[in-house]
Amino acid sequence: MNQAKVEELSGRAREMRRMIIEMLAASKSGHPGGSLSAVEIVSTLYFAAMNIDPADPHKPDRDRFVLSKGHAAPVLYAALAEKGFFPREELLTLRKTGSQLQGHPDMKKTPGVDMSTGSLGQGISAAVGMALAGKLDKKDYRVYALLGDGECEEGMVWEAAMAASHYKLDNLTAFLDYNGLQIDGPVQEVMNPTPLAEKWQAFGWEVIKIDGHDFGAIWGALEMAGETKGKPTMIIARTVKGKGVSFMENQVGWHGNAPNAEQAAQALAELGGGKS
Amino acid sequence: MTKIATRTAYGQTLVKLGEENPNIVVLDADLSKSTKTADFAKKFPERFFNAGIAEANLMGMSAGLAAAGKIPFASTFAVFATGRAFEQVRNSIAYPKLNVKVAATHAGITVGEDGGSHQSVEDVSLMRSLPNMTVIVPADAVETDKAVRAAAEHQGPVYIRLGRLDLPVILPEDYEFKLGKAVVLREGWDAAVFANGTMLALALEAAEELAREGVETAVINVSTVKPLDTATVAEVARQAGAVVSAEEHSIIGGLGSAIAEALVENCPVPMERVGLMDTFGESGSPWELMEKYGLTAAGIAAAVRRVHRRKTNG
Repeated sequence: MNQAKVEELSGRAREMRRMIIEMLAASKSGHPGGSLSAVEIVSTLYFAAMNIDPADPHKPDRDRFVLSKGHAAPVLYAALAEKGFFPREELLTLRKTGSQLQGHPDMKKTPGVDMSTGSLGQGISAAVGMALAGKLDKKDYRVYALLGDGECEEGMVWEAAMAASHYKLDNLTAFLDYNGLQIDGPVQEVMNPTPLAEKWQAFGWEVIKIDGHDFGAIWGALEMAGETKGKPTMIIARTVKGKGVSFMENQVGWHGNAPNAEQAAQALAELGGGKS
Repeated sequence: MTKIATRTAYGQTLVKLGEENPNIVVLDADLSKSTKTADFAKKFPERFFNAGIAEANLMGMSAGLAAAGKIPFASTFAVFATGRAFEQVRNSIAYPKLNVKVAATHAGITVGEDGGSHQSVEDVSLMRSLPNMTVIVPADAVETDKAVRAAAEHQGPVYIRLGRLDLPVILPEDYEFKLGKAVVLREGWDAAVFANGTMLALALEAAEELAREGVETAVINVSTVKPLDTATVAEVARQAGAVVSAEEHSIIGGLGSAIAEALVENCPVPMERVGLMDTFGESGSPWELMEKYGLTAAGIAAAVRRVHRRKTNG
Protein backbone atom coordinates (compact mmCIF):
# COMPACT_ATOMS: atom_id res chain seq x y z
CA MET A 1 0.00 0.00 0.00
CA ASN A 2 1.53 3.30 -1.04
CA GLN A 3 1.83 6.39 1.11
CA ALA A 4 -0.89 8.24 -0.75
CA LYS A 5 -3.37 5.45 -0.02
CA VAL A 6 -2.35 5.36 3.62
CA GLU A 7 -2.94 9.10 3.81
CA GLU A 8 -6.31 8.74 2.15
CA LEU A 9 -7.31 6.00 4.58
CA SER A 10 -6.08 8.04 7.54
CA GLY A 11 -8.35 10.84 6.43
CA ARG A 12 -11.28 8.45 6.03
CA ALA A 13 -10.60 6.95 9.43
CA ARG A 14 -10.52 10.34 11.11
CA GLU A 15 -13.78 11.27 9.41
CA MET A 16 -15.34 7.98 10.48
CA ARG A 17 -14.26 8.54 14.08
CA ARG A 18 -15.87 11.97 13.97
CA MET A 19 -19.06 10.41 12.63
CA ILE A 20 -19.05 7.79 15.37
CA ILE A 21 -18.80 10.45 18.06
CA GLU A 22 -21.39 12.67 16.40
CA MET A 23 -23.97 9.92 15.91
CA LEU A 24 -23.53 8.51 19.41
CA ALA A 25 -23.83 11.97 20.95
CA ALA A 26 -27.01 12.49 18.95
CA SER A 27 -28.50 9.12 19.86
CA LYS A 28 -27.39 9.42 23.49
CA SER A 29 -26.83 5.66 23.50
CA GLY A 30 -24.70 3.09 21.74
CA HIS A 31 -21.22 1.60 21.77
CA PRO A 32 -18.23 3.88 21.18
CA GLY A 33 -15.34 1.75 22.48
CA GLY A 34 -15.60 -1.21 20.12
CA SER A 35 -16.56 1.04 17.23
CA LEU A 36 -13.47 3.23 17.58
CA SER A 37 -11.16 0.22 17.94
CA ALA A 38 -12.25 -1.15 14.55
CA VAL A 39 -12.04 2.03 12.45
CA GLU A 40 -8.80 1.20 10.63
CA ILE A 41 -9.97 -2.35 9.87
CA VAL A 42 -13.35 -1.26 8.54
CA SER A 43 -12.02 1.73 6.59
CA THR A 44 -9.40 -0.45 4.90
CA LEU A 45 -12.11 -2.92 3.91
CA TYR A 46 -14.51 -0.29 2.57
CA PHE A 47 -11.98 2.03 0.92
CA ALA A 48 -9.25 -0.32 -0.25
CA ALA A 49 -10.35 -3.94 -0.30
CA MET A 50 -14.01 -4.52 -1.02
CA ASN A 51 -15.68 -4.63 -4.41
CA ILE A 52 -18.94 -2.84 -3.63
CA ASP A 53 -21.11 -0.22 -5.28
CA PRO A 54 -23.23 2.21 -3.26
CA ALA A 55 -25.47 2.61 -6.31
CA ASP A 56 -26.17 -1.13 -6.35
CA PRO A 57 -25.99 -2.44 -2.77
CA HIS A 58 -27.34 -5.87 -3.71
CA LYS A 59 -25.01 -6.49 -6.66
CA PRO A 60 -24.73 -10.31 -6.69
CA ASP A 61 -20.97 -10.38 -7.28
CA ARG A 62 -20.12 -7.90 -4.54
CA ASP A 63 -17.84 -8.66 -1.65
CA ARG A 64 -19.72 -9.09 1.61
CA PHE A 65 -19.03 -7.76 5.08
CA VAL A 66 -20.62 -9.19 8.20
CA LEU A 67 -20.20 -7.22 11.39
CA SER A 68 -20.39 -10.16 13.74
CA LYS A 69 -19.74 -7.85 16.69
CA GLY A 70 -22.95 -6.05 15.75
CA HIS A 71 -22.85 -3.59 18.65
CA ALA A 72 -20.10 -1.78 16.74
CA ALA A 73 -22.80 -0.69 14.28
CA PRO A 74 -21.59 2.95 14.38
CA VAL A 75 -18.30 2.07 12.68
CA LEU A 76 -20.19 0.26 9.93
CA TYR A 77 -22.68 3.10 9.49
CA ALA A 78 -19.82 5.60 9.34
CA ALA A 79 -18.14 3.56 6.58
CA LEU A 80 -21.39 3.23 4.64
CA ALA A 81 -22.13 6.95 4.90
CA GLU A 82 -18.57 7.87 3.94
CA LYS A 83 -18.83 5.46 1.00
CA GLY A 84 -22.10 7.03 -0.12
CA PHE A 85 -24.68 4.33 0.67
CA PHE A 86 -26.80 6.98 2.37
CA PRO A 87 -26.44 10.68 3.24
CA ARG A 88 -24.23 11.53 6.19
CA GLU A 89 -27.12 13.40 7.87
CA GLU A 90 -28.85 10.04 8.32
CA LEU A 91 -26.26 9.18 10.95
CA LEU A 92 -27.85 11.60 13.38
CA THR A 93 -31.02 9.49 13.35
CA LEU A 94 -29.14 6.51 14.82
CA ARG A 95 -31.30 4.48 17.23
CA LYS A 96 -34.22 6.88 16.91
CA THR A 97 -37.77 5.74 16.20
CA GLY A 98 -38.30 5.25 12.48
CA SER A 99 -34.60 5.44 11.62
CA GLN A 100 -33.05 3.14 9.05
CA LEU A 101 -30.07 2.96 11.41
CA GLN A 102 -31.03 0.47 14.09
CA GLY A 103 -29.06 -0.04 17.29
CA HIS A 104 -27.60 -3.15 15.70
CA PRO A 105 -27.18 -3.74 11.94
CA ASP A 106 -30.40 -4.55 10.09
CA MET A 107 -30.02 -5.75 6.51
CA LYS A 108 -33.71 -5.07 5.86
CA LYS A 109 -33.46 -1.42 6.75
CA THR A 110 -30.00 -0.18 5.85
CA PRO A 111 -28.55 -0.15 2.34
CA GLY A 112 -25.13 -1.77 2.33
CA VAL A 113 -25.67 -3.95 5.40
CA ASP A 114 -25.17 -7.54 4.24
CA MET A 115 -26.38 -9.32 7.38
CA SER A 116 -28.45 -8.47 10.42
CA THR A 117 -26.32 -9.03 13.48
CA GLY A 118 -26.12 -8.09 17.12
CA SER A 119 -26.53 -11.39 18.88
CA LEU A 120 -22.90 -12.37 19.24
CA GLY A 121 -21.56 -15.43 17.48
CA GLN A 122 -24.21 -15.47 14.78
CA GLY A 123 -22.56 -13.18 12.23
CA ILE A 124 -19.51 -15.36 11.63
CA SER A 125 -21.81 -18.30 11.06
CA ALA A 126 -23.80 -16.38 8.44
CA ALA A 127 -20.51 -15.33 6.84
CA VAL A 128 -19.61 -19.01 6.55
CA GLY A 129 -22.92 -19.59 4.78
CA MET A 130 -22.25 -16.73 2.36
CA ALA A 131 -18.79 -18.08 1.61
CA LEU A 132 -20.29 -21.53 0.98
CA ALA A 133 -22.72 -19.94 -1.49
CA GLY A 134 -19.84 -18.18 -3.23
CA LYS A 135 -17.98 -21.45 -3.64
CA LEU A 136 -21.11 -23.23 -4.82
CA ASP A 137 -21.78 -20.57 -7.44
CA LYS A 138 -18.09 -20.47 -8.42
CA LYS A 139 -18.08 -16.73 -7.85
CA ASP A 140 -14.92 -15.02 -6.80
CA TYR A 141 -16.44 -12.58 -4.33
CA ARG A 142 -14.93 -12.56 -0.87
CA VAL A 143 -16.68 -12.57 2.46
CA TYR A 144 -15.29 -10.55 5.35
CA ALA A 145 -16.35 -10.75 8.96
CA LEU A 146 -15.36 -8.81 12.05
CA LEU A 147 -15.53 -10.46 15.46
CA GLY A 148 -14.86 -9.23 18.94
CA ASP A 149 -12.48 -10.89 21.35
CA GLY A 150 -15.21 -11.23 23.95
CA GLU A 151 -17.42 -12.64 21.22
CA CYS A 152 -15.06 -15.61 20.99
CA GLU A 153 -16.50 -16.75 24.30
CA GLU A 154 -19.66 -17.75 22.39
CA GLY A 155 -19.65 -21.48 21.61
CA MET A 156 -21.26 -20.84 18.26
CA VAL A 157 -18.15 -19.02 17.06
CA TRP A 158 -16.26 -22.30 17.27
CA GLU A 159 -18.99 -24.23 15.49
CA ALA A 160 -18.63 -21.73 12.66
CA ALA A 161 -14.82 -21.85 12.85
CA MET A 162 -14.90 -25.63 12.50
CA ALA A 163 -17.24 -25.47 9.52
CA ALA A 164 -15.23 -22.79 7.71
CA SER A 165 -12.08 -24.87 7.71
CA HIS A 166 -13.98 -28.11 7.08
CA TYR A 167 -15.39 -26.58 3.90
CA LYS A 168 -12.00 -25.02 3.01
CA LEU A 169 -13.46 -21.54 2.72
CA ASP A 170 -10.45 -19.59 1.50
CA ASN A 171 -12.88 -16.93 0.28
CA LEU A 172 -13.61 -16.05 3.90
CA THR A 173 -11.45 -13.62 5.84
CA ALA A 174 -12.26 -12.67 9.41
CA PHE A 175 -10.82 -10.00 11.64
CA LEU A 176 -10.68 -10.30 15.38
CA ASP A 177 -10.82 -6.88 17.01
CA TYR A 178 -8.59 -7.77 19.93
CA ASN A 179 -9.13 -4.75 22.16
CA GLY A 180 -8.98 -6.79 25.35
CA LEU A 181 -12.12 -5.50 27.01
CA GLN A 182 -15.72 -6.64 27.32
CA ILE A 183 -18.65 -5.21 29.24
CA ASP A 184 -17.76 -6.66 32.62
CA GLY A 185 -14.02 -6.05 32.38
CA PRO A 186 -10.83 -7.34 30.75
CA VAL A 187 -11.58 -10.43 28.65
CA GLN A 188 -8.96 -12.42 30.50
CA GLU A 189 -10.71 -11.76 33.80
CA VAL A 190 -14.31 -12.22 32.71
CA MET A 191 -13.85 -15.46 30.76
CA ASN A 192 -10.43 -15.93 29.31
CA PRO A 193 -10.69 -16.68 25.58
CA THR A 194 -6.91 -16.81 25.07
CA PRO A 195 -4.74 -18.03 23.53
CA LEU A 196 -6.73 -16.84 20.54
CA ALA A 197 -4.20 -17.34 17.76
CA GLU A 198 -3.55 -20.93 18.81
CA LYS A 199 -7.26 -21.65 19.06
CA TRP A 200 -8.01 -20.39 15.56
CA GLN A 201 -4.98 -22.23 14.22
CA ALA A 202 -6.14 -25.42 15.91
CA PHE A 203 -9.51 -24.95 14.22
CA GLY A 204 -7.78 -25.00 10.86
CA TRP A 205 -7.50 -21.30 10.06
CA GLU A 206 -4.54 -19.41 8.71
CA VAL A 207 -3.80 -16.88 11.45
CA ILE A 208 -2.08 -13.55 11.00
CA LYS A 209 -1.35 -11.26 13.93
CA ILE A 210 -1.14 -7.53 13.28
CA ASP A 211 -1.45 -4.09 14.80
CA GLY A 212 -5.07 -3.29 14.04
CA HIS A 213 -4.46 0.42 13.69
CA ASP A 214 -1.71 0.08 11.06
CA PHE A 215 -3.15 0.41 7.55
CA GLY A 216 -0.08 -1.14 5.95
CA ALA A 217 -0.30 -4.16 8.23
CA ILE A 218 -4.03 -4.56 7.63
CA TRP A 219 -3.54 -4.37 3.89
CA GLY A 220 -0.63 -6.78 4.00
CA ALA A 221 -2.70 -9.27 5.96
CA LEU A 222 -5.58 -8.95 3.51
CA GLU A 223 -3.20 -9.64 0.63
CA MET A 224 -1.89 -12.73 2.40
CA ALA A 225 -5.44 -13.87 3.07
CA GLY A 226 -6.25 -13.46 -0.61
CA GLU A 227 -3.35 -15.69 -1.53
CA THR A 228 -4.09 -18.38 1.07
CA LYS A 229 -5.69 -21.43 -0.51
CA GLY A 230 -7.73 -24.19 1.07
CA LYS A 231 -8.50 -22.51 4.37
CA PRO A 232 -10.02 -19.37 5.82
CA THR A 233 -7.89 -16.63 7.34
CA MET A 234 -8.24 -15.02 10.74
CA ILE A 235 -6.49 -11.70 11.15
CA ILE A 236 -6.01 -11.07 14.84
CA ALA A 237 -5.77 -7.33 15.11
CA ARG A 238 -4.41 -5.89 18.34
CA THR A 239 -6.41 -2.75 18.96
CA VAL A 240 -7.12 -0.14 21.57
CA LYS A 241 -10.71 0.08 22.70
CA GLY A 242 -11.90 3.67 22.30
CA LYS A 243 -8.91 4.45 20.03
CA GLY A 244 -8.46 8.09 19.12
CA VAL A 245 -10.32 9.64 22.04
CA SER A 246 -7.97 9.97 25.01
CA PHE A 247 -10.52 9.57 27.77
CA MET A 248 -12.15 6.58 26.11
CA GLU A 249 -9.00 4.58 25.37
CA ASN A 250 -8.78 1.29 27.25
CA GLN A 251 -11.71 2.24 29.47
CA VAL A 252 -14.25 -0.49 30.08
CA GLY A 253 -16.86 2.14 30.92
CA TRP A 254 -16.92 3.32 27.30
CA HIS A 255 -18.09 -0.02 25.93
CA GLY A 256 -21.74 0.92 25.85
CA ASN A 257 -22.08 4.53 26.94
CA ALA A 258 -22.53 7.49 24.63
CA PRO A 259 -20.65 10.74 25.17
CA ASN A 260 -22.60 13.77 26.35
CA ALA A 261 -22.35 17.06 24.43
CA GLU A 262 -19.33 18.24 26.34
CA GLN A 263 -17.49 14.94 26.00
CA ALA A 264 -18.36 14.80 22.32
CA ALA A 265 -16.96 18.31 21.78
CA GLN A 266 -13.74 17.30 23.52
CA ALA A 267 -13.51 14.10 21.47
CA LEU A 268 -14.05 15.97 18.19
CA ALA A 269 -11.44 18.55 19.17
CA GLU A 270 -8.94 15.75 19.84
CA LEU A 271 -9.72 14.03 16.57
CA GLY A 272 -9.35 17.21 14.54
CA GLY A 273 -10.27 17.31 10.88
CA GLY A 274 -13.91 17.72 10.01
CA LYS A 275 -15.21 18.56 6.61
CA SER A 276 -17.07 21.70 7.64
CA MET B 1 -53.34 -48.91 3.24
CA THR B 2 -50.02 -47.32 2.32
CA LYS B 3 -48.15 -46.00 5.31
CA ILE B 4 -45.40 -43.48 4.96
CA ALA B 5 -43.80 -41.03 7.39
CA THR B 6 -43.95 -37.34 6.57
CA ARG B 7 -40.16 -37.22 6.95
CA THR B 8 -39.87 -39.82 4.20
CA ALA B 9 -42.15 -37.84 1.91
CA TYR B 10 -40.05 -34.76 2.68
CA GLY B 11 -36.86 -36.54 1.66
CA GLN B 12 -38.42 -37.69 -1.61
CA THR B 13 -39.77 -34.26 -2.47
CA LEU B 14 -36.42 -32.65 -1.69
CA VAL B 15 -34.77 -34.77 -4.35
CA LYS B 16 -37.37 -33.73 -6.91
CA LEU B 17 -37.03 -30.08 -5.91
CA GLY B 18 -33.28 -30.42 -6.23
CA GLU B 19 -33.72 -31.52 -9.81
CA GLU B 20 -36.10 -28.69 -10.58
CA ASN B 21 -34.34 -25.83 -8.85
CA PRO B 22 -30.54 -25.49 -8.67
CA ASN B 23 -30.89 -22.90 -5.90
CA ILE B 24 -32.18 -25.46 -3.43
CA VAL B 25 -29.52 -26.43 -0.91
CA VAL B 26 -29.93 -28.74 2.07
CA LEU B 27 -28.25 -28.64 5.44
CA ASP B 28 -28.36 -31.15 8.23
CA ALA B 29 -26.75 -31.69 11.62
CA ASP B 30 -25.56 -35.31 11.56
CA LEU B 31 -29.08 -36.70 11.30
CA SER B 32 -29.48 -36.97 7.54
CA LYS B 33 -30.44 -40.63 7.65
CA SER B 34 -33.16 -39.90 10.18
CA THR B 35 -34.41 -36.65 8.66
CA LYS B 36 -34.25 -38.28 5.22
CA THR B 37 -32.12 -35.54 3.69
CA ALA B 38 -29.58 -38.28 2.94
CA ASP B 39 -31.25 -38.97 -0.41
CA PHE B 40 -30.68 -35.38 -1.48
CA ALA B 41 -27.12 -35.56 -0.17
CA LYS B 42 -26.46 -38.61 -2.30
CA LYS B 43 -27.95 -37.11 -5.43
CA PHE B 44 -26.57 -33.57 -5.02
CA PRO B 45 -23.49 -33.84 -2.81
CA GLU B 46 -22.26 -30.38 -3.81
CA ARG B 47 -25.49 -28.83 -2.59
CA PHE B 48 -25.64 -30.65 0.72
CA PHE B 49 -23.85 -29.29 3.77
CA ASN B 50 -23.51 -31.26 6.95
CA ALA B 51 -23.04 -28.92 9.90
CA GLY B 52 -22.11 -31.77 12.15
CA ILE B 53 -23.61 -31.80 15.62
CA ALA B 54 -23.84 -28.02 15.72
CA GLU B 55 -27.39 -26.77 15.36
CA ALA B 56 -26.64 -23.13 16.04
CA ASN B 57 -24.23 -23.05 13.13
CA LEU B 58 -26.66 -25.09 11.04
CA MET B 59 -29.11 -22.19 11.24
CA GLY B 60 -26.43 -19.51 10.91
CA MET B 61 -24.97 -21.05 7.76
CA SER B 62 -28.47 -21.45 6.34
CA ALA B 63 -29.07 -17.76 6.93
CA GLY B 64 -25.85 -16.86 5.13
CA LEU B 65 -26.68 -19.11 2.18
CA ALA B 66 -30.11 -17.49 1.95
CA ALA B 67 -28.59 -14.02 2.13
CA ALA B 68 -26.51 -15.02 -0.90
CA GLY B 69 -29.57 -16.13 -2.88
CA LYS B 70 -29.89 -19.82 -2.06
CA ILE B 71 -33.03 -21.58 -0.80
CA PRO B 72 -31.73 -23.59 2.15
CA PHE B 73 -33.70 -26.39 3.77
CA ALA B 74 -32.23 -26.88 7.24
CA SER B 75 -33.11 -30.16 8.89
CA THR B 76 -32.63 -31.74 12.26
CA PHE B 77 -34.96 -32.99 14.99
CA ALA B 78 -37.67 -30.51 15.97
CA VAL B 79 -36.45 -30.27 19.54
CA PHE B 80 -33.02 -29.06 18.39
CA ALA B 81 -34.16 -26.95 15.44
CA THR B 82 -36.62 -24.91 17.47
CA GLY B 83 -35.23 -25.25 20.97
CA ARG B 84 -31.48 -25.37 20.93
CA ALA B 85 -31.20 -23.10 17.90
CA PHE B 86 -34.18 -20.91 18.75
CA GLU B 87 -32.27 -17.68 18.96
CA GLN B 88 -30.40 -18.35 15.74
CA VAL B 89 -33.71 -18.95 14.02
CA ARG B 90 -35.02 -15.77 15.61
CA ASN B 91 -32.15 -13.38 14.97
CA SER B 92 -30.46 -14.76 11.87
CA ILE B 93 -33.51 -16.08 9.99
CA ALA B 94 -36.85 -14.63 11.13
CA TYR B 95 -35.68 -11.13 12.03
CA PRO B 96 -33.97 -10.50 8.67
CA LYS B 97 -36.77 -12.48 6.95
CA LEU B 98 -34.30 -14.71 5.18
CA ASN B 99 -35.50 -17.41 2.83
CA VAL B 100 -34.67 -20.41 5.02
CA LYS B 101 -36.93 -23.44 5.36
CA VAL B 102 -36.54 -25.08 8.73
CA ALA B 103 -37.82 -28.60 8.06
CA ALA B 104 -37.75 -30.39 11.37
CA THR B 105 -38.50 -34.06 11.85
CA HIS B 106 -39.20 -36.22 14.91
CA ALA B 107 -41.78 -33.81 16.23
CA GLY B 108 -44.19 -34.85 18.96
CA ILE B 109 -44.45 -37.93 21.13
CA THR B 110 -44.65 -40.35 18.19
CA VAL B 111 -40.85 -40.20 18.29
CA GLY B 112 -41.55 -42.98 20.75
CA GLU B 113 -38.75 -44.91 22.42
CA ASP B 114 -36.15 -42.10 22.49
CA GLY B 115 -38.28 -40.48 25.18
CA GLY B 116 -39.19 -37.03 26.41
CA SER B 117 -35.77 -35.43 25.80
CA HIS B 118 -36.26 -35.96 22.08
CA GLN B 119 -40.01 -35.41 21.80
CA SER B 120 -40.73 -31.84 20.85
CA VAL B 121 -44.07 -30.72 22.29
CA GLU B 122 -43.43 -26.98 22.12
CA ASP B 123 -41.92 -26.39 18.66
CA VAL B 124 -45.05 -24.99 17.01
CA SER B 125 -45.51 -22.64 19.92
CA LEU B 126 -41.94 -21.38 19.63
CA MET B 127 -42.01 -20.94 15.87
CA ARG B 128 -45.49 -19.44 15.81
CA SER B 129 -44.37 -16.69 18.18
CA LEU B 130 -41.77 -15.42 15.72
CA PRO B 131 -42.74 -12.56 13.40
CA ASN B 132 -42.18 -13.33 9.69
CA MET B 133 -42.39 -17.08 10.31
CA THR B 134 -44.82 -19.36 8.48
CA VAL B 135 -45.67 -22.61 10.27
CA ILE B 136 -46.91 -25.73 8.49
CA VAL B 137 -47.88 -29.09 10.02
CA PRO B 138 -48.68 -31.53 7.21
CA ALA B 139 -50.88 -34.53 7.94
CA ASP B 140 -49.57 -37.16 5.55
CA ALA B 141 -47.19 -37.85 2.69
CA VAL B 142 -49.42 -36.25 0.07
CA GLU B 143 -49.72 -33.04 1.98
CA THR B 144 -46.04 -33.03 2.92
CA ASP B 145 -45.04 -33.11 -0.74
CA LYS B 146 -47.28 -30.17 -1.53
CA ALA B 147 -46.33 -28.24 1.60
CA VAL B 148 -42.61 -28.62 0.96
CA ARG B 149 -43.09 -27.39 -2.59
CA ALA B 150 -45.17 -24.45 -1.37
CA ALA B 151 -42.50 -23.63 1.19
CA ALA B 152 -39.83 -23.59 -1.50
CA GLU B 153 -41.92 -21.18 -3.57
CA HIS B 154 -42.77 -18.94 -0.63
CA GLN B 155 -40.34 -16.06 -0.15
CA GLY B 156 -39.41 -16.01 3.54
CA PRO B 157 -38.81 -18.25 6.52
CA VAL B 158 -40.96 -21.35 6.92
CA TYR B 159 -41.11 -23.95 9.67
CA ILE B 160 -42.29 -27.38 8.50
CA ARG B 161 -43.12 -29.89 11.23
CA LEU B 162 -42.53 -33.50 10.26
CA GLY B 163 -42.82 -36.81 12.04
CA ARG B 164 -40.88 -40.00 12.41
CA LEU B 165 -43.77 -42.41 12.37
CA ASP B 166 -45.23 -44.14 9.33
CA LEU B 167 -48.74 -42.78 8.84
CA PRO B 168 -51.64 -43.70 6.58
CA VAL B 169 -52.06 -41.55 3.49
CA ILE B 170 -55.46 -39.97 4.01
CA LEU B 171 -55.54 -37.18 1.46
CA PRO B 172 -56.12 -37.78 -2.24
CA GLU B 173 -53.28 -37.20 -4.71
CA ASP B 174 -55.13 -34.20 -6.15
CA TYR B 175 -55.58 -32.61 -2.71
CA GLU B 176 -55.28 -28.88 -3.10
CA PHE B 177 -52.78 -27.46 -0.64
CA LYS B 178 -52.63 -23.72 -0.33
CA LEU B 179 -50.34 -21.99 2.12
CA GLY B 180 -52.47 -20.24 4.73
CA LYS B 181 -55.67 -22.06 3.80
CA ALA B 182 -57.60 -24.33 6.14
CA VAL B 183 -59.51 -27.06 4.31
CA VAL B 184 -62.87 -28.47 5.35
CA LEU B 185 -62.49 -32.22 4.81
CA ARG B 186 -65.82 -33.22 6.26
CA GLU B 187 -68.95 -31.13 6.69
CA GLY B 188 -70.90 -31.14 9.93
CA TRP B 189 -73.22 -28.76 11.75
CA ASP B 190 -73.21 -30.04 15.33
CA ALA B 191 -69.54 -29.48 16.11
CA ALA B 192 -66.19 -29.02 14.38
CA VAL B 193 -62.70 -30.41 14.93
CA PHE B 194 -59.69 -28.39 13.84
CA ALA B 195 -56.76 -30.76 13.50
CA ASN B 196 -53.40 -31.17 11.82
CA GLY B 197 -50.48 -33.55 11.60
CA THR B 198 -50.98 -37.01 13.06
CA MET B 199 -54.26 -35.93 14.66
CA LEU B 200 -56.06 -35.29 11.39
CA ALA B 201 -56.65 -38.98 10.60
CA LEU B 202 -57.81 -39.51 14.17
CA ALA B 203 -60.20 -36.56 13.89
CA LEU B 204 -61.76 -38.07 10.76
CA GLU B 205 -62.12 -41.36 12.60
CA ALA B 206 -63.75 -39.59 15.54
CA ALA B 207 -66.20 -37.85 13.19
CA GLU B 208 -67.27 -41.24 11.80
CA GLU B 209 -67.91 -42.53 15.30
CA LEU B 210 -69.82 -39.36 16.27
CA ALA B 211 -71.94 -39.51 13.13
CA ARG B 212 -73.18 -42.93 14.22
CA GLU B 213 -74.40 -41.25 17.41
CA GLY B 214 -76.06 -38.52 15.39
CA VAL B 215 -73.49 -35.82 16.10
CA GLU B 216 -72.49 -34.44 12.72
CA THR B 217 -68.95 -33.19 13.13
CA ALA B 218 -66.99 -31.11 10.67
CA VAL B 219 -63.27 -31.84 10.31
CA ILE B 220 -60.94 -29.10 9.17
CA ASN B 221 -57.32 -29.57 8.24
CA VAL B 222 -55.45 -26.59 9.62
CA SER B 223 -52.01 -27.49 8.35
CA THR B 224 -50.92 -23.87 8.12
CA VAL B 225 -50.93 -22.84 11.76
CA LYS B 226 -49.47 -19.49 10.82
CA PRO B 227 -50.73 -17.45 9.12
CA LEU B 228 -53.95 -18.92 10.45
CA ASP B 229 -56.92 -18.99 8.08
CA THR B 230 -59.01 -17.01 10.52
CA ALA B 231 -61.86 -16.49 8.04
CA THR B 232 -62.43 -20.22 7.54
CA VAL B 233 -61.92 -21.01 11.22
CA ALA B 234 -64.48 -18.38 12.30
CA GLU B 235 -66.98 -19.36 9.63
CA VAL B 236 -66.83 -23.03 10.55
CA ALA B 237 -67.11 -22.18 14.25
CA ARG B 238 -70.14 -19.97 13.58
CA GLN B 239 -71.91 -22.80 11.73
CA ALA B 240 -70.93 -25.56 14.16
CA GLY B 241 -71.25 -23.59 17.37
CA ALA B 242 -68.87 -25.90 19.25
CA VAL B 243 -65.27 -26.73 18.42
CA VAL B 244 -62.37 -28.94 19.40
CA SER B 245 -58.73 -28.56 18.43
CA ALA B 246 -56.52 -31.62 18.11
CA GLU B 247 -52.74 -31.63 17.85
CA GLU B 248 -49.79 -33.79 18.82
CA HIS B 249 -48.28 -30.86 20.68
CA SER B 250 -48.73 -29.05 23.95
CA ILE B 251 -52.10 -27.37 24.29
CA ILE B 252 -50.09 -24.25 25.10
CA GLY B 253 -49.07 -22.14 22.13
CA GLY B 254 -49.84 -24.48 19.26
CA LEU B 255 -52.87 -25.07 17.05
CA GLY B 256 -55.31 -25.05 19.97
CA SER B 257 -54.03 -21.70 21.15
CA ALA B 258 -54.12 -20.27 17.64
CA ILE B 259 -57.73 -21.37 17.14
CA ALA B 260 -58.75 -20.12 20.58
CA GLU B 261 -57.14 -16.73 19.94
CA ALA B 262 -58.94 -16.41 16.63
CA LEU B 263 -62.30 -17.47 18.00
CA VAL B 264 -62.20 -15.35 21.13
CA GLU B 265 -61.87 -12.32 18.88
CA ASN B 266 -64.16 -13.38 16.08
CA CYS B 267 -66.68 -15.98 17.18
CA PRO B 268 -66.51 -17.26 20.74
CA VAL B 269 -68.07 -20.73 21.03
CA PRO B 270 -67.61 -23.61 23.48
CA MET B 271 -64.16 -25.08 22.82
CA GLU B 272 -61.86 -27.81 24.08
CA ARG B 273 -58.26 -28.50 23.23
CA VAL B 274 -56.97 -32.02 22.71
CA GLY B 275 -53.21 -32.20 22.96
CA LEU B 276 -50.49 -32.73 25.51
CA MET B 277 -51.78 -31.23 28.73
CA ASP B 278 -48.72 -29.16 29.63
CA THR B 279 -46.55 -32.23 30.00
CA PHE B 280 -43.42 -33.73 28.45
CA GLY B 281 -43.54 -37.12 26.82
CA GLU B 282 -41.69 -40.30 27.77
CA SER B 283 -40.33 -43.50 26.28
CA GLY B 284 -42.71 -46.02 24.82
CA SER B 285 -44.08 -47.23 21.53
CA PRO B 286 -45.65 -44.36 19.60
CA TRP B 287 -49.26 -45.55 19.60
CA GLU B 288 -49.12 -46.61 23.23
CA LEU B 289 -47.95 -43.11 24.09
CA MET B 290 -50.72 -41.55 22.01
CA GLU B 291 -53.18 -43.69 23.94
CA LYS B 292 -51.62 -42.83 27.29
CA TYR B 293 -51.76 -39.08 26.63
CA GLY B 294 -55.29 -39.18 25.21
CA LEU B 295 -54.32 -38.37 21.66
CA THR B 296 -56.83 -40.79 20.13
CA ALA B 297 -60.00 -40.78 18.08
CA ALA B 298 -61.85 -41.66 21.27
CA GLY B 299 -60.24 -38.73 23.07
CA ILE B 300 -61.29 -36.35 20.31
CA ALA B 301 -64.82 -37.82 20.24
CA ALA B 302 -65.17 -37.39 24.00
CA ALA B 303 -64.10 -33.75 23.74
CA VAL B 304 -66.60 -33.20 20.93
CA ARG B 305 -69.41 -34.69 23.02
CA ARG B 306 -68.53 -32.33 25.87
CA VAL B 307 -68.47 -29.16 23.75
CA HIS B 308 -71.61 -30.27 21.94
CA ARG B 309 -73.34 -30.67 25.30
CA ARG B 310 -72.15 -27.23 26.41
CA LYS B 311 -73.53 -25.79 23.20
CA THR B 312 -76.95 -27.45 23.45
CA ASN B 313 -77.26 -26.77 27.17
CA GLY B 314 -75.93 -23.23 26.64
